[in-house]
Amino acid sequence: MNTLGFTLLVAAGSLGAGLLGALTGLGGGIVIIPMLTVLFGIDLRYAIGASLVSVIATSSGAAAAYVREGFTNIRLGILLEVATTIGALSGAVLAAYVSTSALGVLFGLVLLYTAYAGSRLPAEHLDSDPPDALATRLRLDSTYPALAGPKAYRVRKIPAGFALMYLAGVLSALLGIGSGAVKVLAMDRAMGLPFKVSTTTSNFMIGVTAAAGAGVYLHRGYIEPGLAFPVMLGVLGGAMLGARLLSTTRTQVLRTVFTLVVVVLAVEMLYKGLTGGL
Amino acid sequence: MKPTTDDAIEREVGLWLQIGVLLAAGVVLIGGVAYLIRSGGAPFTLHTFKGEPAELRSLGGIASGVAALDSRAIIQLGVVLLIGTPIVRVALTLVGFLRQRDRLYVGLTTLVLGLLLFSLLHGTG
Repeated sequence: MNTLGFTLLVAAGSLGAGLLGALTGLGGGIVIIPMLTVLFGIDLRYAIGASLVSVIATSSGAAAAYVREGFTNIRLGILLEVATTIGALSGAVLAAYVSTSALGVLFGLVLLYTAYAGSRLPAEHLDSDPPDALATRLRLDSTYPALAGPKAYRVRKIPAGFALMYLAGVLSALLGIGSGAVKVLAMDRAMGLPFKVSTTTSNFMIGVTAAAGAGVYLHRGYIEPGLAFPVMLGVLGGAMLGARLLSTTRTQVLRTVFTLVVVVLAVEMLYKGLTGGL
Repeated sequence: MKPTTDDAIEREVGLWLQIGVLLAAGVVLIGGVAYLIRSGGAPFTLHTFKGEPAELRSLGGIASGVAALDSRAIIQLGVVLLIGTPIVRVALTLVGFLRQRDRLYVGLTTLVLGLLLFSLLHGTG
């Protein structure tokens, strides 16, 4: 097949990934890499470069909508971005020394975790916790809009959240994903934030983290314009379409379908990684 | 207009980000269509990793490619603009903290901004 045919196929696949990612809220980046490597046989390093670019596009493109809702905790986002950007830079350095087979296995495991995390309900948090001394010093406690007006919430376990965010940064650069599942794990589970605050603050951080990794990969020659073009525009188009359709579709069914797709891709990536097919 | 609360600043930032993404997508589209017209019939060769040529790896190289109307360099310019959107977001957040004279967060935001600029301008070697 020639370049034109491949470009159109990759664009169509990326559109589908962006659409599903937006409708399910799980992000499209996670299925882009298995699609490009397993389905189209593209080298994993080019796939990682193109995927990171599409992650930035969806994060920055969705920012306006998220901001309007008023859930993003900017101070917390900036504090944790110190961890994710340092993590992303270490991940990008590390990537030069890790074999593509090992990356494939790691990717499969992260996919499985994402499927598992996506099928769990958000954690319940109690507001009666005493204020955390560090969170008070860093002025992280905030409010979010609720039906009865602004509702206060507290932030806790900042060192644990910071460490998880470093890991999220490493994974983001190493695997070319947004690692939103790990970021939400850190904020929702460890730091005890309301679910909406976790997901919107995570969107803020995903773009910044991916930009740190993408800069390094640009200089290392992983970002192939011929591939970044259909992947970026496809995912962005799918995400914008998804945002329009969101109110009219049954997301529960879609989430189940998407979770199954992710599990199949995870097994495929694990198999390819273990048998050296990447 | 001088937004003083976190929310007002963020609203302004969100709008600029959307404009930035659309601009980047437009540049990528123009370069991409030109690329397909020129090389659409060529065989597809991304199955093995060769790495991009030096002129598509650095900002200076991309700029000279764009000046010479090279379609692949134009796509790469769009990619660089896109990588710039979260960086602009952090820079505008820094302005917000400066207005609030919030020293701690001015420091943290400067650190994040520095790491991002280092990555885009130099990579890690």
